[in-house]
Amino acid sequence: MDWTFTLETFISLVAAIPLTLQLAATSILLGAFLALGLALLRLSGVRVLDWFARFYVFVFRGTPLLVQIFLIYYGLSQFPAVRHTMLWPILREPYWCAVIALTLNTAAYASEIIRGGLVSVPHGQIEAARACGMPRFMVFRRIVLPLAIRQALPGYGNEMISMVKATSLASIITLMEVTGVAAKIISETYRAIEVFIVAGVIYLTINFLLTRLVHVVEYMLSPHLRAPRLRTPVQGESK
Amino acid sequence: MNQPGFLDVISFGPGGWGAALLAGAWMTVLIAISGFLIGSIIGTFGAWAKISGGRTIRAIADGYTTVLRGIPDLLVIYLFYFGGSAAVTAIGRFFGSEGFIGFPGFLAGALAVGITSGAQQTEVFRGAFKAVHKGEIEAAIACGMSRALRFRRIIAPLTLRHALPGMGNVWQVVLKESALVSITGVAELLRQAQVGAGSTGMPFNFYVVAGAIYLTISTFSGALLQWSERYFSRGVRRN
Repeated sequence: MDWTFTLETFISLVAAIPLTLQLAATSILLGAFLALGLALLRLSGVRVLDWFARFYVFVFRGTPLLVQIFLIYYGLSQFPAVRHTMLWPILREPYWCAVIALTLNTAAYASEIIRGGLVSVPHGQIEAARACGMPRFMVFRRIVLPLAIRQALPGYGNEMISMVKATSLASIITLMEVTGVAAKIISETYRAIEVFIVAGVIYLTINFLLTRLVHVVEYMLSPHLRAPRLRTPVQGESK
Repeated sequence: MNQPGFLDVISFGPGGWGAALLAGAWMTVLIAISGFLIGSIIGTFGAWAKISGGRTIRAIADGYTTVLRGIPDLLVIYLFYFGGSAAVTAIGRFFGSEGFIGFPGFLAGALAVGITSGAQQTEVFRGAFKAVHKGEIEAAIACGMSRALRFRRIIAPLTLRHALPGMGNVWQVVLKESALVSITGVAELLRQAQVGAGSTGMPFNFYVVAGAIYLTISTFSGALLQWSERYFSRGVRRN
């Protein structure tokens, strides 16, 4: 292995990390709101809204993300009408097109995860909150949502990791995030293995830290599931 | 310029792109099936390594699944495409050939998809094997079956039954991942759509049609998988 080349590659790839993180964070955050909305539509009990959300999830989970990205980045510019709207300055930018595509895509997957979390909230909890006289919205805010988030978190963690990986597709529409820079170096030097290892280490590190972060949040959100910490050791036990 | 209508995109006559897109869809299915089968073979060995391998073999298998699930699929495709070309060129130079030799995109794509899906299938098979009741294996031993017979008659069919839902999920992922192989220039569905979009100036129409074809393939194969799931668990009691 050529260490100077590896080090140079590492330095150029590290410089691209902020863009990868920015793409991932923006789309995960925006996607979470959209996902919550879709999950609520699914559970609204109104048939039209339910079917709309089902169709949305079906379409976005059934087609490749790359097709969605192309459709937004290249496809929309086909219509002169789009080019004359106020949205054009946004839709012209590959960055925003990537963010929009990633957001719409993750929302479809995440809405199912959130729906699972919302459904898993025990009925007794909601009844108890109602019995305490909480209005509907407060029940949702104080009881249902926190419990659902706790339940959905492991699944959501996996989805976040997929999103970090999915940001690599932004490189195909010219964004120079980690994979984009890696692909450029590979096609210039044809030294795929070194570049692959360096880029792989970067992605693995990001995803490892993300997993740890999700674990920490999971721990913080489940004090009720932990064994109570004993202040004084019980007699007769070694610990 | 005479703009072609939407029907020209899907028509099969002269000037229509229907035949090209259909050929692309066929290529997509071929890539996905090859990748999936390669992944199944890797997954079988991976699961075997994780279940009954020694410490070193288990560590290798763990490393493989961790790495492949933590890095973007696109990077793996780049590795195989460019790395393969570099290797083939080096071999060619050894035999006295001058200049650059390209690595076939189909092979690179199928291998890359196979290696990434192999990591997922390793976990699917491992989980499925764990779900096989110990009593079944003990009964087979008690009947005096040899190791090979036990595997063929008892373990393999039961593991497959438990693995089917997970394999269905992996198949859907593989199908969508095959779209990434378009970057190698293989004339699969998305690549054909890109070519069509470029030569007609109607990207929206082409990507919508491509997306619809992906949806159709995934819906049909999903239905097929569900049917086979039902078929292979017809001996299972349902409550």
